[in-house]
Amino acid sequence: MLVLRNLFRHKLRTILTALGIVVAIASFGILRTIVDAWYAGANASNSARLVTRSSVSLVFPLPLTYAQKIRQVDGVESVAAVNWFGGVYITERNFFPQFAIQAPAYLAMYPELLLDDAERKAFDTDRKGALAGRKLAEQYGWKIGDTIPLRGTIFPGTWTFTLRGIYDGADKTVDQSTFFFHWDYLNETVKQSFPRRGDQAGLFVVRIRDPGQAASVSQAVDATFANSLAETLTETEKAFQLSFVAMTEAILVAIQAVSYVVILIIMAVMANTMAMTARERYGEYATLKALGFSSLFVAGLIAAESMGLALAAAAFGIAVTFPLANAFGDAMGSLFPVFYVSQETVALQVGAALVVGLVAAAVPAWNAARVKIVDGLRAVA
Amino acid sequence: MTLPLSYVIRNLAARRLTTALTASGMALVVYVFATVLMLAAGLERTLVATGSDDNVVVIRKGAQTEVQSGVDRRQAAIVESLPGIATGGDGRRLVSKEPVVLISLPKRDSGKPSNVVIRGVTPEGFALRPQVRIVDGRLPRPGTAEVIAGRSVASGFRGAGRDETVRFATRDWTVVGVFDAGRTGFDSEIWGDGEQMLQAFRRQGFSSVIFKLADGARFDEMKAAIEADPRLTLEAKRETRFYADQSEALAKFITYLGTSISVIFSIGAIIGAMITMYASVAARTGEIGTLRALGFSRTAILAAFLVEALLLGLAGGIVGLAGASFMQAISISTMNFQTFAELAFSFALTPGIAAGSLGFALAMGFIGGFLPAARAARMKIVDALRAA
Repeated sequence: MLVLRNLFRHKLRTILTALGIVVAIASFGILRTIVDAWYAGANASNSARLVTRSSVSLVFPLPLTYAQKIRQVDGVESVAAVNWFGGVYITERNFFPQFAIQAPAYLAMYPELLLDDAERKAFDTDRKGALAGRKLAEQYGWKIGDTIPLRGTIFPGTWTFTLRGIYDGADKTVDQSTFFFHWDYLNETVKQSFPRRGDQAGLFVVRIRDPGQAASVSQAVDATFANSLAETLTETEKAFQLSFVAMTEAILVAIQAVSYVVILIIMAVMANTMAMTARERYGEYATLKALGFSSLFVAGLIAAESMGLALAAAAFGIAVTFPLANAFGDAMGSLFPVFYVSQETVALQVGAALVVGLVAAAVPAWNAARVKIVDGLRAVA
Repeated sequence: MTLPLSYVIRNLAARRLTTALTASGMALVVYVFATVLMLAAGLERTLVATGSDDNVVVIRKGAQTEVQSGVDRRQAAIVESLPGIATGGDGRRLVSKEPVVLISLPKRDSGKPSNVVIRGVTPEGFALRPQVRIVDGRLPRPGTAEVIAGRSVASGFRGAGRDETVRFATRDWTVVGVFDAGRTGFDSEIWGDGEQMLQAFRRQGFSSVIFKLADGARFDEMKAAIEADPRLTLEAKRETRFYADQSEALAKFITYLGTSISVIFSIGAIIGAMITMYASVAARTGEIGTLRALGFSRTAILAAFLVEALLLGLAGGIVGLAGASFMQAISISTMNFQTFAELAFSFALTPGIAAGSLGFALAMGFIGGFLPAARAARMKIVDALRAA
C-alpha cells in the first residue's frame, strides 16, 4: 500500500519513467525479433534435407548429371536441381528471392509450402508458369494469371512469367515471399543463347530417408565427386542456411549489442529516478527506522517500488511489441520474410525488466538501509 | 540580467550521481548514433576509394557485379582495340581483362566460411591500380600457381597469409605476397595470374575489362561507343561509380537501421533528462522564488535551466563521441549483400558526423529541458517563496 502511494507521489516522474521503460522494452523486443528474422531460414529448415553445392563457392554451378549420381547414393530419396535467378523486378529496389526449381520433386520435398491442387496443376502444365508466396503476391498486388517480367542479372535478358499459383506457409516460420519457376524453362532458354552454360545446376536439394544419417550420406555424396572437375560440398539445410547468417555476422552482432545498449540506457534513467526518489525521502526513511522498522524493511520498500514500476511498464511494453512488430514486418516486406515475436523474446523482455528494476533499486536501497537515523532526520533533499 | 554560468555548473555538480546517470544515458545514445553513421561512412569511403575516376569498368549489360558478368574473348578484344585508351610507359595499352570469381574460405578466427573475391590480373592490372603495393613478399610469377592476398584477406582468412596455401579449383595456390591497397576494396581480394585462373576455373571468357581513359573527359563518348556496338552486349561505367554503387544497399541499410534505432533510444534519454530537470526545478523552488524576487527575469530563469539541460546534453555528447572515436581503430569484415563477397572496412569519423552527433546530443538536452525550464520560469514569486 505504502509502495503504491509512494509510486504516485511524483505522478509526472513515474509516468515519464514508465514511458521510458515501455519504449526501451518494446524496442528491445523489436531488435531481438530482427535478429530472429535473420535466423528464420535456418530455423525453418528440415533435418531430412541436404544441400549439395560446388565446394569452391556458390557461384560455381554443378553439372546436371550429378543429380543421377546423387540419387544412387544409399539413403537418398529424391533430388531436385535449384538455381538462384537474381532477377530484377522493375527496379533494383524490389528485391525478393527467385529460384528456378525442378518442380514436382522440389515441391514434394517442401510439404510446408501449401498450394491447392488446381493451382499446382496449372503451374505444372505451364512451362513459363511461376509460383509466389502469399506475402510477396500481396506486396506487389499480383493475381493469378498476371504476367511478371524479370530482368536477369546472372542470366541476361528479360524473362516473363505467368503467375500460376500463390502458396501459403504451413506455419508462420515459413518464408512466404519467394518466387519459384521451372528450372527446365531456364535451362532451355540459357542453352539457346549460351550453349556452354546449359545443363548446369546452382545446387541440389537432396531428401534423405533417415535424418539420423545426414552426416554419412553427405560424406558419401561428396566422396562420389571427389577429385572431379567440380567437387561438391554437402551439408544439412540448416548448416547451409547458417553459413549465410555467418557471412553477415558482424551486422548481427552489432544489432544484438545495440539491443542491450537500450536496456543500459533505460537502466541509467530508472536508476536516476530511484536515486532521486530515495534522496528526497531520506528523512522519511529515518523516521520509519526511528519507529522501529528494520533496515531491511526500508530497503525492501525501495526495491518493491522499483520492481513494481519496472514490471508494470514492461508488461505494457511487451503488449505494444506485437502490433509494432507486425507493422515493422509489413513495412520491411520481403526483406524480412519471416517476422514474428518469439516466446524467447518475451521471456528476455521480462528478464530485462527484472534486471533493470533490481539494479535501479540497488544503490538507493543500500544507502537508505545504512542511513543513520540522526543523519536521515537532518537530511535535506 | 542573466544568471552566471557558474551557477548552472554548480547545480549540475551538486547532484553528481543524477547528473552522471542522465549524461551517461545520453552518451550511450550518442555513441550508438555516431558509430552507426561512422560505419556507413567507412563503408562508402572504402568503396569509393577503390575506384579511380579515369578507369572504366566494362561488364555485361544487366550484370551488377563483376562476378555476375561475363565478357568473352572476342568482345574483350573489341573493347581493347577501341581508340581513346591510355598507353603505359612501355607503349602497351592500359587494359586489363580479368576473370573474377568467388571462393569460400574459412575465417581465421571462427573457421566459418565466407566468400572471397579471386581476381585474375595482368601486369596492366597493376598499372591501372597504382594504390596497390606489395608490403610483404613478392609478385606472383606469370604462369604459375602463385597468388598474392590483400591485407584484410591475409589476416582474416585461413591459408591466405604469406607462404601459406589456399586450395581452390582442385589446385593448391601458394601465397607469395601480401599487398596493401590503401584501405580500398582490393584489400579484401586475392590476385593471381589471369590466364592461370581461366584454366583452373575452366572459363572461356573474362568477367570484366578495365581500361584507363587517355582523356578523362571523353568518358561519355567511349561509353556510347561501347554500348552502341551491336557486337558487344556490354555496359561501361566509371570505376568510381561502379564501386560507389556497390556500397549503396549496405550503407543505406546501416544508416536507416542506425538512425531509427538512435531516434527511438533518444526518447529514453530525453525522458531521463526531463526527469532530472523536473527534479532539479522542484528541489529549487524556493531558490527560484528568491532569484525572481532579487530581480532576475523569467527569461533569465528559463535560460539558466535550458543551459543546464544543454550542458547535460553536451556532456553526454562529448563522452559518447569520445567513445565512438575509439571505434576507428576497429576494422569490420562482413559480407556485402550486393557483391555477395566479404569486404573489410573500418569506422570513419568525419567532421560531419562529429557535428551531427553533438547536435543530436544538444537537441536531446533541449527537448528534455524545455518543459521543466518553462515550469520554472512560470512560477509566481509568492508561491515559490512560500514553497520553500
